[in-house]
Amino acid sequence: MTTPQEPPPPAASAAPPIVTRGLTKRFRGGQVAVDTVDLEVPAGSVFGFLGPNGSGKTTTIRMLLGLIAPTSGSVELLGESMPKAQLKVLPRVGALVEGPAFYPFWSGQANLLRFDAADRTADPRTRKARAAEALERVGLSNAAGKKVRAYSLGMRQRLAIAVALMQRRDLLVLDEPTNGLDPQGTREVRNLIRELASDGTTVFTSTHLLAEVEQVCTHAAVMSRGKLVRQSTVADLRAELRPRLVVRTPDLAQAAETLKGLGATDLKTTEETVEGDSGDLPIDKFAAALVAADVRIHGFGLERPSLEEAFVALTGEGFDVAE
Amino acid sequence: MSLSSTVDGGRRLTAGRHTLGLFRSELRLVFGRARTQAGLGVLAAVPLLIGIAIKLSGSDGDAEGFLGQVAGNGLFLIVASLGLSLPFFLPTAVTVISGESLAGEASLGTLRTMLTAPAGRSRLLAAKMVALAVFCLAATMTIWISGLIVGFILFPVGDVLLLSGTTVSLGEGLLRALLIAIVISLSLLGLAGIGLFVSSLTSTPLAAMAATFGAFIVLGIMTAIPQLHAIHPWLLIYRWQSFADLLRDPPYWHEIARNLLVQGAYLVVFYTAAWARLTSRDIT
Repeated sequence: MTTPQEPPPPAASAAPPIVTRGLTKRFRGGQVAVDTVDLEVPAGSVFGFLGPNGSGKTTTIRMLLGLIAPTSGSVELLGESMPKAQLKVLPRVGALVEGPAFYPFWSGQANLLRFDAADRTADPRTRKARAAEALERVGLSNAAGKKVRAYSLGMRQRLAIAVALMQRRDLLVLDEPTNGLDPQGTREVRNLIRELASDGTTVFTSTHLLAEVEQVCTHAAVMSRGKLVRQSTVADLRAELRPRLVVRTPDLAQAAETLKGLGATDLKTTEETVEGDSGDLPIDKFAAALVAADVRIHGFGLERPSLEEAFVALTGEGFDVAE
Repeated sequence: MSLSSTVDGGRRLTAGRHTLGLFRSELRLVFGRARTQAGLGVLAAVPLLIGIAIKLSGSDGDAEGFLGQVAGNGLFLIVASLGLSLPFFLPTAVTVISGESLAGEASLGTLRTMLTAPAGRSRLLAAKMVALAVFCLAATMTIWISGLIVGFILFPVGDVLLLSGTTVSLGEGLLRALLIAIVISLSLLGLAGIGLFVSSLTSTPLAAMAATFGAFIVLGIMTAIPQLHAIHPWLLIYRWQSFADLLRDPPYWHEIARNLLVQGAYLVVFYTAAWARLTSRDIT
């Protein structure tokens, strides 16, 4: 049902770049690292793949890329079945899996050239130019000829991203891309991801940093103990979080009493604040009541919980390693 | 998106044309390493050490076999050096390089980057094996060239007296020495296959090297046990010395052919095992 002026979008862009069905990996010891995961990553999204360390993110990514075989379930990448179609599909996928790995005795540039040479669809005539461009994009031009042995962790991380940028990709799969980067490098990588996404590349990035998801992602999925516990747009995820009334006061008990009296629920008291769900009552009623009760108010207002709290609510844990 | 598919379509037109890139890259990986160059340097030193020792001792004819003929004809330095390197130096070099091949990449983590590039598991294995074969040839040719240079500098050269008593020209002698180098490098392929297989089992290159060398020692011991006579013809190194048959007139091919057949059998068996292992292995 497209209008005559608009050509129909190419089929490839319509199909979700990543689809998994019942994806499961049981290791030889019997431990289930990934448990019936159904992922669907929409085309053009920046998809945050969240979860505490040990929740199965990297194992899932390895299965997406055909590095390890699923115990059961299936993976479709760019509309093709993996790992069967990997030689056809992977040239269109830029990948960074589980930390940067290089030949330390070679320069950054030589490393890029080797990985590019491994892909038989990559044009050798443009190889050096593409390597130079990729190094430029990640800010490593000056270190291109230096041996990787002498690179810092942050530089290696950048080089790993450069590997993924050696060609125009339809999909980027990045495992903890900002790991080991300083704040400046982190900002640069996030900008890079935004830039790539605006060119139409779908970006699938795993992270254990929620700030990263809030800042760059359009969609997010949350893993916990091998299971996919949530998958939605970041906006939806945030919208579900009800804003909370927060009162900053030295008169904690009295304030809590007052809020409770007006029907606030889920009250929590910290050292300096009392907070709770204000329900449907306008918050100025609470303010008036607090003043009437002679509660000294240092701060007052609605606060929207961060994604971090949503995350804790979903996984029942913070960033500690899942057992 | 439409831009990406255009670019993509343009790239795909050339797909399949660049299969040599990986192979060239493998050669660079093997021969570009200081360790490989040092190993080849050691092999190049073998003719030099033998030549100097014979020159200094000043005696000729005392030593047995090819060594005894070096002082009379420098060309025999090539053959003697190859023969003396075969039991230990050459297998050691092959063990190190083949043990490193896959386990080295696994330990660096570059294996996963290569596979997501994507190199393709079968293709990567083939490139590794070809690079190993090239290394075997490079190793024997290093000795050949070094032996040629040192032999010609230190000793008189001339027509070559063959084992069967006939004499051939210097040119033909050099050609036969070249054939010997090639046959010896082919003799190393069985061991290279074992090394490649062992290397596919582990992520610790040193363990792969040790295990491969262990297998080589065991095969040597089995070859030395007379009671195992029945299986001797099938042992990897049993006919390794058959290269000397190239110095007969006419060359006696029977044993050489059987040696190469055994090498081929080892290569096929272990290459297939390595393939089965690599294509089913979880790469972490």
